[in-house]
Amino acid sequence: MTQASSWTAFSTVMRRDLMVVMRRRSDVLNPLLFILMVVSLFPLAVGPGPDILGRIATGVIWVAALLSALLGSERLFRDDFLDGTLEQLTLSPHPLSLLAAAKIVVHWLLSGLPLVILAPICALLLKLPSEAWLTLLATLVAGTPILSAITAIGAALTVSLGRGGALLSLLLLPLFIPLLIFASGAVEAALVGTAAWPQVLLLTGLSLLTLLLAPFAVAAAIRVSVN
Amino acid sequence: MSTLLTVKQLVSQRAGRTLFADLSFTLQHGDVLHIEGVNGAGKSTLLRALVGLVQLQGGTVEYHHDDWRTQLVFMGHKAGIKAELTALENVTLQARLDGYADVDPWQLLATVGLLGLEDLPAGQLSAGQQRRIALTRLWYSAAPLWVLDEPFTALDSDGIALLQQRFAEHTAAGGAIIMTSHQSLTWQPDQLQRLRISGDDE
Repeated sequence: MTQASSWTAFSTVMRRDLMVVMRRRSDVLNPLLFILMVVSLFPLAVGPGPDILGRIATGVIWVAALLSALLGSERLFRDDFLDGTLEQLTLSPHPLSLLAAAKIVVHWLLSGLPLVILAPICALLLKLPSEAWLTLLATLVAGTPILSAITAIGAALTVSLGRGGALLSLLLLPLFIPLLIFASGAVEAALVGTAAWPQVLLLTGLSLLTLLLAPFAVAAAIRVSVN
Repeated sequence: MSTLLTVKQLVSQRAGRTLFADLSFTLQHGDVLHIEGVNGAGKSTLLRALVGLVQLQGGTVEYHHDDWRTQLVFMGHKAGIKAELTALENVTLQARLDGYADVDPWQLLATVGLLGLEDLPAGQLSAGQQRRIALTRLWYSAAPLWVLDEPFTALDSDGIALLQQRFAEHTAAGGAIIMTSHQSLTWQPDQLQRLRISGDDE
């Protein structure tokens, strides 16, 4: 197999998934609405005082990110498993890890990217002080790919189980905790005026490492699941 | 003709029951291997094991080609098409994924008799029509080995005749087919092997 044709396979998998999602608009809008709902309900529940809201803003946004990644996790491989396209991907002459990477990218486009785009609105709604905005955006850009990659591993492992949703959340949430700590640590540092870049760099490094290794784990998990 | 595939001493056990043991055969170019057996005898398991989707308890499957995945078309019980996409999109994307980006999807749809339905979501088509979308692979693929699990399922008699005609062309051109079917073939291949899996209790 030449590299050009493997690239074609990668882009075809991405295109097919995006086309399928576009036919079901609710799948695109749900994560967006979910994030906006969570973020806009917090000021109502906690009270509009900027001192409290500003302090919890990062936490709220990141928890919303986490849950929205989990929300889209079932869709990642379930339909492909049921209609047989997953076993066809497994039999493809192209590296399965490459096709798995395409799946991860699609998941990120649908759950991570909306959050990155909505981040300024969320920050505004939660009265996050403006000096921390850039840091928040940086942690989201660096961190949400990790969410998608790890979610994909879990989803691939549990795809053949009838109702894997609850199990999946149990498996994945502990893995997200370091992410949560580093991200909120970075924004916290920006808020008090110290350097946030060590945490952001650490997140970026984690992100690159995860994106590099996760496709192989996903591919192995898919092979186990279609067995 | 040269050998495509050598299978030696396959063993499959499930839930303490031996589905088959010591199963060996070779497949040459132009061969048709018809696997028979009652429901639950292990036919699908055998086919899935041949293409590497299932690990068996013993035995070896050897393809006489370095990049065997390119030499293979496998079609299982599930059609492998997307219900949300139209027939035309399904055929186009499937061909691109299989590495045949330059096929004419309209002609493929005409061949399998789906012209006029190409812009309906596949989910709205009947089971037989969905099956026909998936079967278009057999018209563009250059892979010599077809592994087909119940290819006639849900097809009408015209569809079955069309498919058997395609099988005849494929084997005449040196291709090989491994298939399961509860229906008897109306077409008589030149090099037909029959393999019966009994699925007896030991």
